[in-house]
Amino acid sequence: MKKQKTADFGQEHSPELHHNLFETLSEEIIFTILDFLGDNPLDKKSFSLVCKCFYSIEASHRRALRPLRTEHLPKILSRYPNTVRLDLTLCPRVTDTSLAAISSSSCGPSLRSIDLSRSRFFTAGGLSRLASECVNLTEIDLSNATGLRDPGAASLAGARNLERLWLGRCKLITDMGIGCIAVGCRRLKLLSLKWCLGVGDLGVGLVAVKCCELRTLDLSYLPISNKCLPSILKLPYLEDLVLEGCFGIDDDSLSTLKHGCKSLKALDISSCQNISHLGLSSIVSSIEGLQQLTLAHGSPVTAPLAASLKKLVMLHSIKLDGCSVTCSGLKAIGSYCVSLGELSLSKCSGVTDEAFSFLVTRQKQLKKLDITCCRQITDISLAHITSSCTGLTSLKMESCSQVLKEAFVLIGQRCHFLEELDLTDNEVDDEGLKSIGRCSRLTVLKLGICLNITNEGLSHIGRSCSKLVELDLYRSSGIAESGIVAIAQGCPSLEMINTSYCYGITDNALVSLSKCTKLHTLECRACPHITSLGLAMITIGCKQLTKLDLKKCNKIDDAGMISLAHFSQNLRHINLSYTSVTDLGLLSLASISCLQSMTILHLKGLTLSGLAAALLACGGLAKVKLHASFKSCLPQTLLEHLQARGCVFHWRNKPFQIIEMLRRIGIQPQSLSSFNSAGQLAISAYSKVVDRASTVAKIFGKPEAYVMIELKRSVPIAFGGTRQPAVYGELASAGGLRGDVNKKLSVAVAAILEIKLSVHKSRLFLKFYDTKAS
Amino acid sequence: MEDLKMDDEEALCAETWLRPSSGNSVRQPNQPSFTNFTLSNDQPEWEDPSLLDYGVRIGTSFSKYSFAPDQDGQSLQSNNSNSKRGEVNQQINEVLKIGKAQDWDPWAMLNNLSFLEQKIHQLQDLVHLIVSRKDQILQQSDELAMQQQQLITADLTSIIVQLISTAGSLLPSVKHNITGPTAMAIGKHRHISEILCNSGLGLDATNISESHGMGPNVANQVEPTGDTAPSHHPLDEPELKEEDDADEGENLPPGSYEILQLEKEEILAPHTHFCTICGKGFKRDANLRMHMRGHGDEYKTPEALAKPNKGNSSEAMLLKRYSCPFAGCKRNKDHKKFQPLKTILCVKNHYKRTHCDKSYICSRCNTKKFSVIADLKTHEKHCGKDKWLCSCGTTFSRKDKLFGHITLFQGHTPAIPLEEGRGVEGLLEQGETTGGEKNRIDQSINFSFNTESHNGSRVQNIMDMKGSIDDPSSYLSPINYDSFNEFSRAAFDDPDGGFSFLIPGSCNYGQKNGGQSCYSDL
Repeated sequence: MKKQKTADFGQEHSPELHHNLFETLSEEIIFTILDFLGDNPLDKKSFSLVCKCFYSIEASHRRALRPLRTEHLPKILSRYPNTVRLDLTLCPRVTDTSLAAISSSSCGPSLRSIDLSRSRFFTAGGLSRLASECVNLTEIDLSNATGLRDPGAASLAGARNLERLWLGRCKLITDMGIGCIAVGCRRLKLLSLKWCLGVGDLGVGLVAVKCCELRTLDLSYLPISNKCLPSILKLPYLEDLVLEGCFGIDDDSLSTLKHGCKSLKALDISSCQNISHLGLSSIVSSIEGLQQLTLAHGSPVTAPLAASLKKLVMLHSIKLDGCSVTCSGLKAIGSYCVSLGELSLSKCSGVTDEAFSFLVTRQKQLKKLDITCCRQITDISLAHITSSCTGLTSLKMESCSQVLKEAFVLIGQRCHFLEELDLTDNEVDDEGLKSIGRCSRLTVLKLGICLNITNEGLSHIGRSCSKLVELDLYRSSGIAESGIVAIAQGCPSLEMINTSYCYGITDNALVSLSKCTKLHTLECRACPHITSLGLAMITIGCKQLTKLDLKKCNKIDDAGMISLAHFSQNLRHINLSYTSVTDLGLLSLASISCLQSMTILHLKGLTLSGLAAALLACGGLAKVKLHASFKSCLPQTLLEHLQARGCVFHWRNKPFQIIEMLRRIGIQPQSLSSFNSAGQLAISAYSKVVDRASTVAKIFGKPEAYVMIELKRSVPIAFGGTRQPAVYGELASAGGLRGDVNKKLSVAVAAILEIKLSVHKSRLFLKFYDTKAS
Repeated sequence: MEDLKMDDEEALCAETWLRPSSGNSVRQPNQPSFTNFTLSNDQPEWEDPSLLDYGVRIGTSFSKYSFAPDQDGQSLQSNNSNSKRGEVNQQINEVLKIGKAQDWDPWAMLNNLSFLEQKIHQLQDLVHLIVSRKDQILQQSDELAMQQQQLITADLTSIIVQLISTAGSLLPSVKHNITGPTAMAIGKHRHISEILCNSGLGLDATNISESHGMGPNVANQVEPTGDTAPSHHPLDEPELKEEDDADEGENLPPGSYEILQLEKEEILAPHTHFCTICGKGFKRDANLRMHMRGHGDEYKTPEALAKPNKGNSSEAMLLKRYSCPFAGCKRNKDHKKFQPLKTILCVKNHYKRTHCDKSYICSRCNTKKFSVIADLKTHEKHCGKDKWLCSCGTTFSRKDKLFGHITLFQGHTPAIPLEEGRGVEGLLEQGETTGGEKNRIDQSINFSFNTESHNGSRVQNIMDMKGSIDDPSSYLSPINYDSFNEFSRAAFDDPDGGFSFLIPGSCNYGQKNGGQSCYSDL
């Protein structure tokens, strides 16, 4: 009504204004409005379609572009003349012609950043043109340009203003190429040479001599030795040095270093197996301002090593992932380090309650703590963590399976500032979740393989953690519809959710999730009850959807694909294995121009020609996973054509996994014969049972290596008068089988089977043998 | 007596002129430039290369003379220098006569003769001086005396050397058998060689030994020629060629050593040791001794085969250092900061490297030139391996040297050879998954097409060509991509009609032609 009035007003007094009232808005106002628009390119697109004026203003305001196809590059670039950042990660195929178009376009001289990390097919010629004509280029990402050789690197040397350069995995570049870059790009501030295996001491040494402004230098996995270290440490502004996996650097070479680097703030010497505490102490003594130290997968963390950290008064973060840790070492870290904010002991062996408790009581300022897979840790440690480090913002404790479920209540009671919590594979239960609900700042919550939680606990989270962005419920089989509904209602900003193997998930859960408009990743693998209807609701509600995993959701069919094709224009990755999608559905996906990666294994309804047509039609495909049998069937020329477009094929030869799925949806094993074609059938659950060997081992108190599990299949069993899924097991042990152990074992095995194979515990018969050790 | 001698010599010369010396023809391949000199020039100017040729001849004979005492086992101590000189002159005259008899250029002869005359006068004066100094030496301080003695000795040596070389140049220049006959002619006259040897190099020694008979430095000063001669001609080994620089740091007080200066003709002689019987030249005395065994049993005795200076090695000798004959050179004794050369070999290499044309050109790179053949050979070992190239054009055989160079110089950058990068990264789509030579070829082919303008017909051509290549991987090159892409999009716009072709009853995609026709239909 109001709109109408204004329009009338315009018509009466100034007819030319009626034409377009939006033109009366000043550019500044529109710019401000544009700045408020989110990242979704579709929003900006619809904005620009309002009127000519908006169109041109939006075009002139756009600074960053992420084109989908390089064919239209000239047009796009002439439309957006003020482009400063060009992200070509969605274009798998960028040829010299494309680069030439960029260089010669009107935005060429103003272009500052270009990302070619996912693109291939360009050569030295295109790069040299880019470097010479885009004179203001400061940032180039050439990671994964595995075919790039020295001439390509040499052509980069023409970009005199280059400040940030990524060359990760450019394995063919040698010292010569790096030498050219070092001489040409003197203003480099960031250089990443990770996995550039052809670059050695000479190249790195020259970089260090010529590029004096370097701030960040990543030399991971380079075959360098001590020869280039002195010149690196002489760099006056170097702040971040990554020497991960540099095996050539050892104690002897470090001990000869006389002068340190005063400016260095972060040092990563993970996986440098030849550096012990001696080398560390010598290098550390010369870098007193160090704030971050990463020693992952290195030498054992002992007291002398920790003592060498004593001099680092500024040290804020230590990462010791994968090291073996001694009690004294941990205690020494606790007592020597002044104020640690971040500590990572992920996958460290030897972290005990005693030492760890000592450490956390000393380091009360800890904000981030990672104790993933520290299996010896119990509730004692957790009690100490929560009581002393109340300011924790991130706690990762995946697979700390000895922590009792009661202890998790402490987290919610004491650590109210938690933003990230990883409880994957823990004993946490609904009570714990209820308590964790008090952490209202929580944004990331991972509850994968938490078998004790149910919908009730999750609804506590949904009610109180409104800021939740990421939720992982992988294989938490207690979760069903109502839990997800609670989350969807309480967490409007949810962006990622994983409900894989939560068999109880239904369409209603998806319908409620469709209200989370920011959702971009949805993984609901093996949720057999969801249908295309639910998917359609998701596609309508969640426009931002970029990643969708529907593997083994066998009720998903072409209808779902058609709605996807229609609404989810941002979809980039999709997994459709084992679904009921046919040619038609697959082809309709071709209208999603962003679609880059597709996994289509074991689609029953898919014909060869349908597949071929779909592959041809999806122009932007960069990665396709297909069953290996298609490799020989598809015409070679077609494959080559697709590869020339930039598509990479991954051929998988996994046999059809069916039992689990069929049992889930209630199909009788008798009907298996129709699928059981000549050994194609395999029991995927086998592997899952095997990885539970640890459970058996734990109960016996023996190492996993002593546990053998054999699984026989295809044996018809009638149990209790029915042919419902049943298990007959025999457990033999050389000693150790006693009444109480037997009970424990049968409970554990029953639990495993129920979770993994959904065989009810009433249908399990276990026989125990106790043999004499020979 | 003289007439008889002359007849002998003439006869000998005539004889040798007639048949080319075998020794020379053998040597020739090793010394290609040698023949060049002799072939190209006949004008006997002093700076002319033809003189080098003469020099070579004279050098050879000279060295042979100096070697002679070893074979004869004669002591030169008893010889009187004055009488010797007379004999020397006589002999030289004889040689001159021989030269005259068969000369072709009277002007050159005249020039040379006058030069000889001059030199002989100088020689006379010097010897007079030595004789007159005999008395003074006793009164002077030892050091001063020694210095003066050395200066005189050096002058004497140089004059004699010049004399001999000029005398040699009087001989007729016969193209290929120059050294042979001369050497032989002289070789026949053992006494001449004795005398020349004595006068050439042994003269000073003789004088010294005579004059210092009762002096305190006798042990130091006395130099039996038997020792001297071989020490002038050390083994001609290329490994030693660095030696002329090796003595840079040597800080001998001026006077603690004896300075010798060879003429350039001597220096440039290809051989330093000659057989007194057949005249064949050798670079090493050991080789000569081996050769001599063929001339009779007397040369097979252990004494004859022994290294000549071994017996006297215990005796302390005055250090010998050499001066370069090139005026103005730092290695020349007249230079202010004179730095002597250690051995004859050093002299040879120094002179060739510094003051001669670089006539040996590397056959591989055709750019590097050398004057010492050993240098060429060393270079040829590494030529082509200098793959480390700087943008300034300098090549390095080692990468670290290149990087050191680049570190030092602003603006220099590693230069990457062109061929290395071409065609390899042209098409990466195959590079990652497949390898092999064939693939590379395809890639380079595609690459070359890539650079050309591509309209429809061009694409068609390329398609045809690729068909002929008969490699399916090249079928769908990036150049075809645009056209394919168009139809692929078209296929989607009209899905039902568009891919109906793709659902025929049988999937005969495997056939190239089938697929292609499908594409073109669209």
